[in-house]
Amino acid sequence: MTEIERHDYDVLVIGAGGAGLRAAIEARERGLRTAIVCKSLFGKAHTVMAEGGCAAAMGNANENDSWQVHFRDTMRGGKFLNNWRMAELHAQEAPDRVWELETYGALFDRTKDGRISQRHFGGHTYPRLAHVGDRTGLELLRTMQQRIVALQQDDFAETGDYEARLRVFAECTVTELLKDPAAGPDGAVAGALGYWRESGRLVVFSAPAVVLATGGIGKSFQVTSNSWEYTGDGHALALRAGADLVDMEFVQFHPTGMVWPPSVKGILVTEGVRGDGGVLKNSDGKRFMFDYVPDVFKGQYAQTEDEADRWYEDQENNRRTPDLLPRDEVARAINTEVKEGRGSPHGGVYLDIASRMKPEEIKRRLPSMYHQFKELADVDITAEPMEVGPTCHYVMGGIQVDPDSGQSRVPGLFAAGECAGGMHGSNRLGGNSLSDLLVFGRRAGLGAADYVVGLERRPAVRAEDVDAAAVLTLAPFDAPEDRADDTGRAENPYTLHAELQRMMNDLVGIIRTESEVADAQRRLGELRARVRQVFVEGHRQYNPGWHLALDLRNMLMVSEAVAASALLRTESRGGHTREDHPGLDPEWRHRVLVTRCARDGADGLETEQVVPRVVVEPAERVPMRADLLALFDLAELEKYYTDAELAEHPGRPADPGRPADPVGGTA
Amino acid sequence: MTTTARDTDGRGVGGRGVDSPGRAAIEARTLRSDRWWLPPLATTVGLLIFIGYATVRTFQQKYFFADERYLTPFYSPCVSLGCASEPGAAHFGMFLPDHPLIPYAALSLPFLLLFRLTCYYYRKAYYRSFALAPAACAVPEPHATYHGETRFPLVLQNVHRYFFYAALVIAVINTYDAIVAFRHPTDGFVVGVGNLVLLVNVVLLWCYTASCHSCRHVMGGRLTHFSKHPVRYRLWTWVSALNTRHATFAWITLGTLILTDLYVALVASGTITDLRLVG
Amino acid sequence: MSYTGTFRIWRGDADGGALADFRVEVNEGEVVLDVLHRLQATQTPDLAVRWNCKAGKCGSCSAEINGKPRLLCMTRMSVFERDDVVTVTPMRTFPVIRDLVTDVSFNYAKAREIPSFTPPADLAPGEYRMAQVDVNRSQEFRKCIECYLCQDTCHVVRDHEENKESFAGPRFLMRIAELEMHPLDVADRVPAAQEEHGLGRCNITKCCTDVCPEGIKITDNALIPMKERVADQRYDPLVWLGRTISRRRG
Ligand SMILES: Cc1cc2nc3c(=O)[nH]c(=O)nc-3n(C[C@H](O)[C@H](O)[C@H](O)COP(=O)(O)OP(=O)(O)OC[C@H]3O[C@@H](n4cnc5c(N)ncnc54)[C@H](O)[C@@H]3O)c2cc1C
Ligand code: SF4
Ligand code: SF4
Ligand code: FES
Ligand code: FES
Repeated sequence: MTEIERHDYDVLVIGAGGAGLRAAIEARERGLRTAIVCKSLFGKAHTVMAEGGCAAAMGNANENDSWQVHFRDTMRGGKFLNNWRMAELHAQEAPDRVWELETYGALFDRTKDGRISQRHFGGHTYPRLAHVGDRTGLELLRTMQQRIVALQQDDFAETGDYEARLRVFAECTVTELLKDPAAGPDGAVAGALGYWRESGRLVVFSAPAVVLATGGIGKSFQVTSNSWEYTGDGHALALRAGADLVDMEFVQFHPTGMVWPPSVKGILVTEGVRGDGGVLKNSDGKRFMFDYVPDVFKGQYAQTEDEADRWYEDQENNRRTPDLLPRDEVARAINTEVKEGRGSPHGGVYLDIASRMKPEEIKRRLPSMYHQFKELADVDITAEPMEVGPTCHYVMGGIQVDPDSGQSRVPGLFAAGECAGGMHGSNRLGGNSLSDLLVFGRRAGLGAADYVVGLERRPAVRAEDVDAAAVLTLAPFDAPEDRADDTGRAENPYTLHAELQRMMNDLVGIIRTESEVADAQRRLGELRARVRQVFVEGHRQYNPGWHLALDLRNMLMVSEAVAASALLRTESRGGHTREDHPGLDPEWRHRVLVTRCARDGADGLETEQVVPRVVVEPAERVPMRADLLALFDLAELEKYYTDAELAEHPGRPADPGRPADPVGGTA
Repeated sequence: MTTTARDTDGRGVGGRGVDSPGRAAIEARTLRSDRWWLPPLATTVGLLIFIGYATVRTFQQKYFFADERYLTPFYSPCVSLGCASEPGAAHFGMFLPDHPLIPYAALSLPFLLLFRLTCYYYRKAYYRSFALAPAACAVPEPHATYHGETRFPLVLQNVHRYFFYAALVIAVINTYDAIVAFRHPTDGFVVGVGNLVLLVNVVLLWCYTASCHSCRHVMGGRLTHFSKHPVRYRLWTWVSALNTRHATFAWITLGTLILTDLYVALVASGTITDLRLVG
Repeated sequence: MSYTGTFRIWRGDADGGALADFRVEVNEGEVVLDVLHRLQATQTPDLAVRWNCKAGKCGSCSAEINGKPRLLCMTRMSVFERDDVVTVTPMRTFPVIRDLVTDVSFNYAKAREIPSFTPPADLAPGEYRMAQVDVNRSQEFRKCIECYLCQDTCHVVRDHEENKESFAGPRFLMRIAELEMHPLDVADRVPAAQEEHGLGRCNITKCCTDVCPEGIKITDNALIPMKERVADQRYDPLVWLGRTISRRRG
C-alpha cells in the first residue's frame, strides 16, 4: 500500500444532509473537533430536494395543535409500528429545532402576524408544515450549511484557520467503517476508510465516534424520486460493522411522481399540490379517492366532494379530503386505478390543480412544480392536469438506534436521519422527515459528543483493517483474469445496476407476493456472485464506473434486507403491501424484523467480503409507555392492537370480563 | 467591430481568461453557435442613429417650435437668447448667449445626456456593444485588464441618482410643454395630432424616468422593513413593476424622442401640416 | 421517436484535453444528462460528469452546452435539431478536474468570506417575527441552488483570472444583498460589499441573470440595489448632507 492520507477527529459525521449537518453543528458547538464527509459537493445533499415542508407542532396556524396531536398523527401514519419514544421526542422537540433555524438565518414563509406559516399535509390533523414555497429542504440545508460556515468563521477569528475544528470533506465516499476489536466486548468504532472521488486517492479517518447520516436506498429501484446518492451506504456500512437494521420491509412509494417523459419518470410531485387544493382524478374524470378510505380511517375523511372542498376554507366543521390520506393509501389507490384501466395515457392518474386555482396563485404557491413540468414535460400545470404515479421515495427502515442518543449496537456508531430506523413505523408522514433530521441529527451529535467525552481510551484503527478495506475498494480495477477462483468474466457495473433496479421495482415494489419476493431473493443471490466480477476501465480520477461498482455492494446488501424482511412479514401495513396477505395483522404489530450481517462463511470468503449475506429475524417491540398509550382512544387502538396488549389501557374496565367502554381514553 | 472580440489565436495569447492555466484547454474562445454578435451590433446601430440624429438636431437651432405651440423636447426649456426667433417657445425666460455651439436647451440637455449615460440599462448596453465587456455572455472580452466601475471615470456612474433628480425636473418641464400646447393663443383649447404626439412622448418619458433603478431605490428599495412603511412599499411595488420594463422604455423613448422631434420639425418647417382634431 | 445524435464532448484534465465526437441514441423527452448517462453505460464508462438530483434542484450538473453555461439535467434535447452537433464542455471559469467536472472551490472560499447572519442579541428562538413583505426579497435570493453558473459566466472572473481575488461574484454579492435585506440582520454590509467583495467590478451587464436556472433577477434585484445602497453611503451628497445635519442636531 502506498502512503494513505490520514485525518484524526473526535467526531466523524458521514453525510452532509440535514441530519449530518445538524449533528456536526451540535458536536462542534460542544467543542469537539468534527469532520463531515459527503459523496457530493457541500450543499448538494439529497435534503435539498425536499419540497413540501417540515412538520412541527408550533400551533401558528391552528392553536389547537400540540406535541400530543403530532405524536398521535405520527403513530397513526406509521400504523402503530413506530418506535414510540422516537415519535415522542420528535413531536416534542421539532418546534424548538425549527425556531433554532431562524436564529441561523432561515426565512420561512410567514403568517399575517409574522410567525412561521404552516401548511396542510397528508395525515397531519392541523396545518403543521413550516415551509418556504416548495423548496423547504433547500432552505433547511442551506441554512445549516451557512451555520457551519459561521462556526468556521468563528474558528478563523480565533485561530486563523477556518477548518480548525470543523472541516467538510466533500466528494469523498466512505467505503468501510473501521473498528477496534480490543475496545470492549463488541469492539468499538475507530474510524472509516474512504476515497476522494476527484482523485481516487484513499483516505483514512480515525475518530472514536462516527455518525451515519447517509440517507436512503431509493437507487435500488427503477422508478424513484431519489438521487444517485441513495445507495444505502449507511445501512450497509452499519450492517458490516455489526449494527442491526429494523423495519427494512417498509419502503415508501410516494403516490405522485412524474410518469412522463420516460427520462424523468419518478421525479417527485410534491404533496403540497394536494395540500394546497389539487385533487386526483382518473380517466373518467372521477375523484376516485373517496372510494379508497380504509376502515381504520373511516369517519376522519370527507365523504362528499362538497365537504372536501369546504374543508380547505373551514377545517373546524368539515373533514379533510381523502386526497390527503397517508401516502401508502393513496399510492395503492392509484396503483389499483391504473391496473383496472382507468389510468392516464402514460400509465398514471391525473392530478389537477389547474381547474381549482388561478394560474398566478399556482405559480406563486408552487413555483418549482410549475417550473419542473414546464421544463421537463412541456406541461403547463396552470392549464392542464399533471399525470402522476407512485415512485419509490423513502425508506422507513434503517439502523436501529437508541432513541435518546442515536447510538447503535456498536459503541461509538451513531445514526440519524433517513438511514436510522424506527421513527416512522410502517409509513412516514410527509414533512416528518425534515423534522426528524433536525431532532435526531442534534441528538446524535449530542450523543456522540457525550460518548467521546466519556471515553477512557480512544479506540485505534488497525493497519491490517485499513489494508483489507483498501484492497476491497480498489478491487474493481483488478483485471478479471487476475482474480482468484474466477471465471475471467467481466461485468459492467451499469448493466448490473440496471438489472437490480428493474428487478427490485418489479418483484419487491409497491405490491408484493411471496413467490415474487422469493424469486427476487434468488436473483439477488445471482447478482451477488456477479458483482464480484465487476471490472471498471480507466483510472481512479473521478471515475463514475468505479464509484457505481462500489455503491453496488451496498445496494445489494440493502436490497437483500428489504426482500428478506418483505418475505417474512405476512401482512399488509404502510409501506409493505402483500397481495397474498392483504390485511393488518395485530400479531405482526408488536413484532419487529431485525436485519443483521451474517458472516458464516457459507458463500466462500471472497463473496462474503464483497457482499456479506444478511439474515432477518423477528423480535418483540418494546410496548408503548402507558401515558402515551392513554393518548389514544381505545376504539382506535383496538384496530391495531391485540386484546392482551390493551389490558392496561385506562379505557379498559378493570374487569376483563366486561365489554370495553366505547368512549374511553383521553383523546 | 463586434466580431473582433473573437480571438482565434486560442491559447497562444499568454493564457488569459478562459485560457488561464488550469482551465479546460479548449481551442475556440467561445463555442457559442448562435448569432451572439447580433444584439450588440443592433445596440450599436441603434445608439449611433440616435446620437447622430440628436447631435444634428441639437445644433441645428431651427424648426424646434411650430406655430401650433409645439416645442420639441430637444429644445426644452428653451433658454437661449436665440429662442427669440420663435416667439412663444421660451417658457422660462431667455438668458444664455446665442452661439452655434451652445444648444438652446443647454440647461437640460447635459443632464439628460448624463442621465441616460449613467442609466443602469444604457451602461449595460454600451458596455456590451461599445466596450465589448463582454459583447455577449460567455464570449471573451478583448481587454487585458478590467476594473469595472471601481476607478475614475467609471466610478462616477454612482452619481446616477443625481441625474435622476434632474431628469425629474426636466420631465415636469416637458409635461408643462405638452400641456400648454393644448392652449392656443387665439383658438383656445385645441387638440391636434401634434398635441397627441407630445403627450404620448411625455407619458413614455415618465415611464422611463419612473422606472429608473435609482427611483426604485429612493421610493422604497432602501428600506429594510416594508411593513413599517406601507405607502412607500406600495410605491416601490409600482416602480418595481415598471422597472422590469426599464430597458424597453429606454429604447421606446429613444424612438419617441426622434419621432416627436421629427414631427415638430416637419410641422415647423412647413413640410407637413398638423391635423387639428378638436377646436 | 429515437434517433442517433452527434455529441462533441470535451475530455481531458488539467494537463490538457480535446473535444471528442460521439454518436449516441437520443430518445423522446430526454435531457442532455440522459444522453451522457447512456454514453457512460455504453461507450465511455469513465466519462466524468458531476450530477446529483437530475431534477434541477441541487445545482451539481453545471457545464457549458454549445458555449452557454447551463444545467445538463435541465437542457432538453428537444431544443436542438436532430442533426445539430451538441457540444458539451466543462465550465470554463474554474479549473478543470476531469472531463466535465470542474473544481468549484473558489465558490466555497468566497462563501466563507461573507460574514454570516447576525441576529439581534436580545431575541430568543421562537420570538422571531417577520412580515412576509419583508422577507420576500431575501427569499428570492435564497432560491439559489448554488450551481455557480452565474459565477461561471461573469466576465469579471471568466475573462480575468486575476480578479478572482478581489471579486466575490454575483452569487455571493447576492448573498450580501440577501443579508442586507434580511429584516432581522443587524450588521452593516454595505461598505464591505464595495471594498472587500468587489461590487464595483460588476458592470451590470446581466449575464448572471441570463444564465440563472432559478430565474433569480440577480442584477436588478440584488446587485443594482446594492450599488444604490453604496451610493447612499458614499456617493450621494444629499444623503450625506442630511446625515451630517441630523448628526449635528443630535
Ligand atoms: C423529492 C423528495 C422530496 C421530499 N420532500 C420532503 C418533504 O417535503 N418533507 C420531508 O419531511 N421530507 C421530504 N423528503 C424526504 C427527506 O428529504 C429525506 O428523507 C431527508 O432529506 C434525508 O436527509 P438525510 O440527512 O438523512 O440524508 P441526505 O440529505 O440524503 O444526505 C445524505 C448524505 O450522505 C452522504 N453520503 C451517503 N453515502 C455516503 C458515503 N458512503 N460516504 C460519504 N457520504 C455519504 C451524501 O453525500 C449526503 O451528503 C423528500 C425526499 C425527496 C427525495
Ligand atoms: S451583472 Fe455584474 S455580476 Fe452579473 S455577470 Fe455581469 S458583471 Fe458579473
Ligand atoms: S444565483 Fe442562480 S445562477 Fe447563480 S448560483 Fe444561484 S442558482 Fe446558480
Ligand atoms: S434611468 Fe435607467 S436606471 Fe436610472
Ligand atoms: S443534477 Fe441536480 S441540478 Fe442537475
